[in-house]
Amino acid sequence: MATSHPRVAQGVPWRSIGKILIVIFCVLFLTLPLIEMVKAMIADPQLLVRQLLIGLTNGAYIALIALGYTLVYGIVELINFAHGDLYMLGAFFSLTLVGVFSLTPETPWLIRGPLLVVVLLATMAFTATLNMLVDRWAYRRLRGIGSRMAALISAIGISFVFQNLGLLWGYLRFPFMNGVMGSNAVAPKSFPALFPNVNLLAGTGVRFGAKDLIVVGVSVVLLAALYVFVTRTRLGKAMRATAQDRDAAALMGIDVNRTISLAFILGGALAGASGMLVGLYNGTAVFDMGFTAGLRSFTAAVLGGIGNIVGAMLGGLLIGIISALSDQYISTKWTNAVVFGILVIILVYRPTGLLGDDTAQKA
Amino acid sequence: MKRLSGFLILLMLTSMIASCGSLASVGSGSTIKIVSSLPRTGSSKGQTDSIVNAIKQRLEEADYKACDGAFTIVYEDMDDATAAAGKWDAAQEASNANKAAGDSAVMVYIGTFNSGAAKISIPILNQAGLVMISPANTYPGLTKPGKGEADEPAKYYPNGTHNYVRVVPADDLQGAAAARWAQSLGAASVYVLDDTELYGKGVADVFEATAKELGIAVKARDGIDGKAADYRALAAKIVAAAPDMVYFGGITQNNAGQLLKDIRAEGFMGKFMGPDGIYETAFIEAAGADAEGVYATFGGVPAEKLEGDAATWYANYKATYNAEPEVYAVYGYESANVAMNAINSVCKQDRAAIQSAVMGTKDFKGILGTWSFDANGDTSLTSMSGAQVVAGKFEFVQPIK
Repeated sequence: MATSHPRVAQGVPWRSIGKILIVIFCVLFLTLPLIEMVKAMIADPQLLVRQLLIGLTNGAYIALIALGYTLVYGIVELINFAHGDLYMLGAFFSLTLVGVFSLTPETPWLIRGPLLVVVLLATMAFTATLNMLVDRWAYRRLRGIGSRMAALISAIGISFVFQNLGLLWGYLRFPFMNGVMGSNAVAPKSFPALFPNVNLLAGTGVRFGAKDLIVVGVSVVLLAALYVFVTRTRLGKAMRATAQDRDAAALMGIDVNRTISLAFILGGALAGASGMLVGLYNGTAVFDMGFTAGLRSFTAAVLGGIGNIVGAMLGGLLIGIISALSDQYISTKWTNAVVFGILVIILVYRPTGLLGDDTAQKA
Repeated sequence: MKRLSGFLILLMLTSMIASCGSLASVGSGSTIKIVSSLPRTGSSKGQTDSIVNAIKQRLEEADYKACDGAFTIVYEDMDDATAAAGKWDAAQEASNANKAAGDSAVMVYIGTFNSGAAKISIPILNQAGLVMISPANTYPGLTKPGKGEADEPAKYYPNGTHNYVRVVPADDLQGAAAARWAQSLGAASVYVLDDTELYGKGVADVFEATAKELGIAVKARDGIDGKAADYRALAAKIVAAAPDMVYFGGITQNNAGQLLKDIRAEGFMGKFMGPDGIYETAFIEAAGADAEGVYATFGGVPAEKLEGDAATWYANYKATYNAEPEVYAVYGYESANVAMNAINSVCKQDRAAIQSAVMGTKDFKGILGTWSFDANGDTSLTSMSGAQVVAGKFEFVQPIK
């Protein structure tokens, strides 16, 4: 940094002064509210635990989506703006399958459980294929031309295409879908309550529903599987090598295009999984749900250090917990300001995010 | 850069020529145009379909003629929503208003559905001297001094005269009636939420103020982000506050269904009430099974409970369109009724004369009874109803005051 801004290095240390001002601002304006917040937390510890659990659950699926951003960025340094909308299409796809299998809350578990696993796998396959095709048709052609901006702009374009696909999806009225799309194409679609909502911690005064556990459980399994895949397998090693130096990896005999495809496939599969999980967890699919979720997840990826897998998980968890605590102890309408305020502060001190490091391997 | 600006100028010229073209083509003296601007895309479509049907129904009864055939009525149904937004859109509403203002044959503008949209089009139409009749806006500040912000409603009327009327009672009545109904339903404490839009916040403000006057404990007041994925943390906060009722001032399109789902999933067993913004099928579809038992208030009485002329209207509507009208259909009819009455009394293609005829509507025998507009442009009707979701449908419960 100092070499590119010699003025900063030689003259007045504006950067340090800025940091000191931020600290003074925080101390002046945040001390009293923080004390109030801590008091409120101590006054009702069960509520605090519940909010932390909500943050954990939301954080788990945010991390799943964030990984898609981070995987792709780590390898091709492209911010895949269409990723949030891919997640939305995952939700629509799984809702359609739920309709096709005519799953209802009355379906016995012996049938519902395996079918839900089928829906999950099919949704992951669908979004993975879609993501891979988009890479092949749109991004790969632009990779050689030396401008990262072109790929970025086409990612924004794909995002619009996906969003409109979601809109069109709402118009589908095939009889075999059993009316899951409701009567209005653009309106939010309602998922049947297929995940049980019984309180697993009944009697403790804290609520942790079975569906929260399902979301956390499936997310953790997928996150762990991905981590093991990238760090322990041959293909994972190829991915890491491609991320570090694409040319050198190619020279070593790694098929770079196939490895990049793999990153898109994995990211897409995770987006599909979270689309289905969130659809069933929140009970709603709507064509513009990808934007908000994508923004949150991208923030999580940046917070943790974009390109870093563990960082994305950490970032997702932090965003989930911060949002829940802010909803409870500050106010719902301030939550976005709080989340992005914290992001700004962290980026001021650690421009590469919490775990990001320019020299370390990126995927 | 030079080429780009050249292109832009060309684009502007083309659009100017295009709009001039449309001006010239409809400028004939014997045609009077009535336009409506309503959200025709998105989940409000169910409501606005029946409003537009009712407007057409009134015009068909007159055979699209006014002043004993001297004028032909042309009706245009404009959409102020976009698919991308899924609900009304400020830019679209402004463009509709400008289009109507620029078309010299347009004498009456029926709209809008959402109060936030009215805020944008009233000043545009005011400067064009075009009268606007809303079948559905309920935000008080649009017409009533002292009920909204300090500079309302004057800021909407830059030329000083009111050009806006509404045939529905405003939210200073609805919010207050809702609070009184909440009390009679046994709610001793409420948690008040709004969607931070003009309409939603307005009605929630009145509800909160009236609730406090009535001695109902207001546990807290929060605004929600209508685009958020879920409201689970807020729901946990509400459950911890343990109110008897949650009141949500807002519209279905700002995620009312998701909000209700999350509150119920979090274990809240109390009542949930909203204003007319959630009184529609789209809300029940979005909330799914959780919609059961939800209370909603709205101005007027439901179609199937109408009496006299309105009952005849209801029967005709069902016969013509083979569907149940949604709650605002009757106001759509009455809006067109007032417009036709004014045109028939003026019999001139004269915006100013038609505007003053509409504004001066007195002891009008409409299908809602005999009523008048006051100086602000508000109806003298004050009847309000309460409804509840029973078996997946809003059912009328009782008239409320």
